[in-house]
Amino acid sequence: MTGLKILTAGPGVTLQDHGRDGYLRYGVTAAGPMDRLAHATANLALGNEAGAAAIEVSLGGIEVAAEGGALSIAVAGGGFEVLLDGVKLPGWVRLELAPGSKLTVRAGIGGAWTYLAVAGQIDLPPFLNSLSTHTRSALGGLEGRGLAAGDMLAIAGAKAQAGAPERLLTPWLTRPTDVIRAVLGPQDDYFSEDQIEVFRQGPWTVSPRSDRMAFRLDGPRLTHARGFNIISDGIAMGSIQVPGDGQPLALMADRQSTGGYPKIATIIAPDVGRLAQLRPNQAFRFETVSVDEAVAARRADADALTAPMETEPVIRREFPSEFLLSVNLIGGATAG
Amino acid sequence: MSIAPRFLDAGEAALVVEYGLHIDPAIHDRVMALDASLAAKSVRGIRETVPTFRSLMIHYDPLTLDRASLVKIVESLDATPAPAARKRWIVPCCYDPVFGEDLGHIAKEKNLSVEKVVALHAGATYRAYMYGFAPGFCYLGGAPAELTLSRRTTPRPPTLSQVIMIADGMSIITTISMPTGWWLVGRTPERFFSRNRDPAFLAEAGDQITFEPIDRATYDALDARAEKGEVVARSESAS
Repeated sequence: MTGLKILTAGPGVTLQDHGRDGYLRYGVTAAGPMDRLAHATANLALGNEAGAAAIEVSLGGIEVAAEGGALSIAVAGGGFEVLLDGVKLPGWVRLELAPGSKLTVRAGIGGAWTYLAVAGQIDLPPFLNSLSTHTRSALGGLEGRGLAAGDMLAIAGAKAQAGAPERLLTPWLTRPTDVIRAVLGPQDDYFSEDQIEVFRQGPWTVSPRSDRMAFRLDGPRLTHARGFNIISDGIAMGSIQVPGDGQPLALMADRQSTGGYPKIATIIAPDVGRLAQLRPNQAFRFETVSVDEAVAARRADADALTAPMETEPVIRREFPSEFLLSVNLIGGATAG
Repeated sequence: MSIAPRFLDAGEAALVVEYGLHIDPAIHDRVMALDASLAAKSVRGIRETVPTFRSLMIHYDPLTLDRASLVKIVESLDATPAPAARKRWIVPCCYDPVFGEDLGHIAKEKNLSVEKVVALHAGATYRAYMYGFAPGFCYLGGAPAELTLSRRTTPRPPTLSQVIMIADGMSIITTISMPTGWWLVGRTPERFFSRNRDPAFLAEAGDQITFEPIDRATYDALDARAEKGEVVARSESAS
């Protein structure tokens, strides 16, 4: 049996696929990747389905090894460091992992999540049609928990394309994060026009007290025009709810299916992944857009993924410069 | 004639069809009727729907189904609501003070005997309005007015799972252990969510629920069967 052995894993490293779709009506969290575009990119780089199960790597990082045969692996997402037997590779890379080698993925210069996909299928029984891990309800993935040292993931249909590591040329993952786009509503009428302007301008940062369920946004305190208790209704990915204390919460992959605070706006799907990649010191503001503009952005993401993925040989060790640009850290990073 | 719903965007991939702002069986009937009509029509591009107290959230793929077409479909269905098929669930509930640990407090607050509180709670017919918070975690309306009381000022430590709690004229059937501000009246051996069973969920939003008092010995016997994946509640079609 060919498998991927987990040598070490930091907290918050989980298996995620397309998400546990279809059960929100029973109170089941969909889960799925925090950065859907990056997750799909890692899968597509190997010829997997876009929504196949892959490892979502948190800032805690992971070290893995192949057992029983070589594995083809892709990593894409934030600006993480990828090392094969201690040799640094690009952060967005496709490589062959031979038995006896060690692949390390650890926090780098920016970004909060990256995705490690394996060619073939992670051979675990799905629950409610999904392998996505939701640790709060202990569902999915491996025993409903995060991955840990000693875990072994059997890989069905493992493929190894013998060859040297290749850099993934995936410019769509180079995304600005200083402006996050959102569609107003569904409860923007609980806020006055000047409070909506305060919401737009921020500036906001992601609180360190954030997780896969919700990102707490630090910034100005928003006030409600007519109370903050609503009768519970549905919650979408990226909903920004404003509880009584006026500090907004962006509801992320592990959000509840329904909830009881006014939701001033909803982050558009392409930008949820951008927000997910922010670290606590990076300021941003919101831009409100129409549904049509949001759909156009969504289509652009979808189109990027349909084109054949280009790669180039790794000829020297390099930083993932696209990502440096995207997080506006290029000045600081090149000084050293 | 019923008032037209409000269409509210929750981003570019979810549309909220809102029928009102309150918890009201007539509003919920319209939510469930739309939900049933959409399910029967199986519209390409609709990913899933989430009925709540007062609205239906429609998750859709805007690259397959555009918002204007979706609104048009909803409007055409909303004019001719289909009656939602409903079930009545008779759910065993043990009101033993070990489980119904707040029955004494409720009786004292409401100046009733504990027996009367149990009789009132078990005598009512509830509506499963929606799920939320956790898998199978079910919100029920229809608690008797005599038992209406506000939540605790401070949440109590985590409960057992499968407890029945009341507050604010609502009841909850839980599926997990949790700290809560609601008041505990009993515990059911039935699982509203079980990973040992297919289907994993018991009731649908819109179903009716009644509670049948059982003693502790019966609870233990039914609990052992339910743990193995058996459904121990009974169901019939609702009137």
